[in-house]
Amino acid sequence: MNEHIALLIVDDEQIVRDSLTKWFREDGYIVGAAANAAEALRLMQEQRWHIILLDIKMPGMDGMELQQRIRDIDAHAIIIFITAHASVDTAVQALKCGAFDYITKPIDPDHLSHLVSNAIKQRALAMENLKLKEQVVEFSKPDEIIGDSSQIKKVFEMIKTVAGTDTTVMIRGESGTGKELIARAIHANSQRRYFPIVTINCGALPEGVLESELFGHERGAFTGAQYRRKGKLELADGGTLFLDEVGNIDMKTQMDLLRVIETKQFTRVGGNETIKVDFRIICATNKDLELAVKEGTFREDFYYRLNVFTVSIPPLRERKSDIPLLVNYFVNKHKRAMGKDISSVSPEAMDILVQYDWPGNVRELENAMERAMVVGKSCAITPADLPFQLSERNNEPQSGSLADMEKRHIARVLEEQRWNITHSAEVLQIDRVTLYNKIAKYGFRKP
Amino acid sequence: MPFPVHILNASSLPLAELESVAETIRQLLGLSVSVAQYRLELERAFDSSRVQYNSSVLIAHILSTITSSEKQKLITIVDVDLYIPVLTFVYGEAQLDGTAAVVSTHRLANEFYGVEENRSLLLERLTKELVHELGHTFGLFHCKQFECVMRASTYVEEIDLKKMTLCEECARRLFEKIHN
Repeated sequence: MNEHIALLIVDDEQIVRDSLTKWFREDGYIVGAAANAAEALRLMQEQRWHIILLDIKMPGMDGMELQQRIRDIDAHAIIIFITAHASVDTAVQALKCGAFDYITKPIDPDHLSHLVSNAIKQRALAMENLKLKEQVVEFSKPDEIIGDSSQIKKVFEMIKTVAGTDTTVMIRGESGTGKELIARAIHANSQRRYFPIVTINCGALPEGVLESELFGHERGAFTGAQYRRKGKLELADGGTLFLDEVGNIDMKTQMDLLRVIETKQFTRVGGNETIKVDFRIICATNKDLELAVKEGTFREDFYYRLNVFTVSIPPLRERKSDIPLLVNYFVNKHKRAMGKDISSVSPEAMDILVQYDWPGNVRELENAMERAMVVGKSCAITPADLPFQLSERNNEPQSGSLADMEKRHIARVLEEQRWNITHSAEVLQIDRVTLYNKIAKYGFRKP
Repeated sequence: MPFPVHILNASSLPLAELESVAETIRQLLGLSVSVAQYRLELERAFDSSRVQYNSSVLIAHILSTITSSEKQKLITIVDVDLYIPVLTFVYGEAQLDGTAAVVSTHRLANEFYGVEENRSLLLERLTKELVHELGHTFGLFHCKQFECVMRASTYVEEIDLKKMTLCEECARRLFEKIHN
């Protein structure tokens, strides 16, 4: 039976419309008929038509022109042209337009049956193919997330695991670790990738503005709202909404957002119209949300709704083996952008870059490399090209307790003096016995 | 008995032969079936450019000349070549979920294809097409089941391949239509 197949007949002759309607109704199709282009386009807006039988010669907009408009509404509809007088030109033109086929009046019933039956099979195959393409999400590693360390590999695995699902994801990590890149990688590998990913930085907008940014507003909703404006929720429909710095959302907006997540609908600020939306939420934070919940500045129900699947990005100091890869990536990136002839980093400079702890993470590393590329004069980046604080800070005792600072300082001196105890004691200005005691206390082992 | 079927003979077939056709349909559908001679003004449906008869016009004419009720089915047999405007020919036409239908023996006869006359085969094909068009008047659509009489046929060979009977699903739908 063809009860689920909708077929639209577009012909200016009523007798043709009536005859074909009857013929296809007997075959069990859902049949619609339009006498002209305007009527056909109206019917196209009202429901989906799988097959459209389209007369070429009609007053006003002819079939050839109409099929272009139909394509704009539904690219998958199968169009079969009907013509009273077939010619090679007509046939070629029809098929060039992307029509499935054409048929000549009066129509041979056998030909018509086969044509429509084949069209249905082709459409079914095309739709199946589309569905499969949607389902088979080939994981592609995002180009801009650089790293080969076990920590970053774990992050890739997590992206791969969660991308194909529709689960809400919370990305956690220090500033500059690349949380937005991870969000984009999840979206790019999801079934929603053909729809937009809309980012909103919740920390950058003051209370009230964030609400309008998210929900949009109607004309006259507040002073300055001269036009109706769609919010990010509407723009993200079908795709992904990325809430960056989600920990900064005020309590009222948290409640409003929670309602949207639960009901999938909302109204614009100052409006009454209910708007239905379908999007996936990915959020990111560098805040301790658990603490915020305890302190009462973050709603517990909102926290649990967002914290379904967590991807934690390690800070750069915990994946130092990725630094050389990142350094080379940024050298090549900026080399192209600046047109400079710098293509490597000297071993000394690399050593400094690897040893530095990068509190600003990858973002800080990129800034440092960009600066080095600007000031660099030779074909390789040298320590002199690096920002002053890098090499300086490495030589300074780092913050922490006094014992920690002493431990780090002694370790560095021992390393610099290649475990020559006499020289190390001299540098440290302590006697050799005291140094031996310190080595034992801190559990140092000669490499 | 609900939905009595009236076979109106406007063809050159003798009534006696149609009585046996009526009996078969009676047994197949479980309805009362009568046969009567009928004079149909075919000329008004004739298209001189196509040298064929418009089956839709004939149905309209039958309905205008016979007092009918929704609770009965009128099926007229003709022996002229039938068409509907967009199609090159039809074996018959029915009002889907309606009262009237028309069937032609023209393309059911072996002679049309230059083959030796076969009267029993003609009556068998005619019976199948009568049941098929009657099925449409009860709101049945074309069926995908290979042997079901409601399967669409555009070649006479296809008519020969299908059975006179309805498949289980079509029979169930027909039963519901008759008894609800």
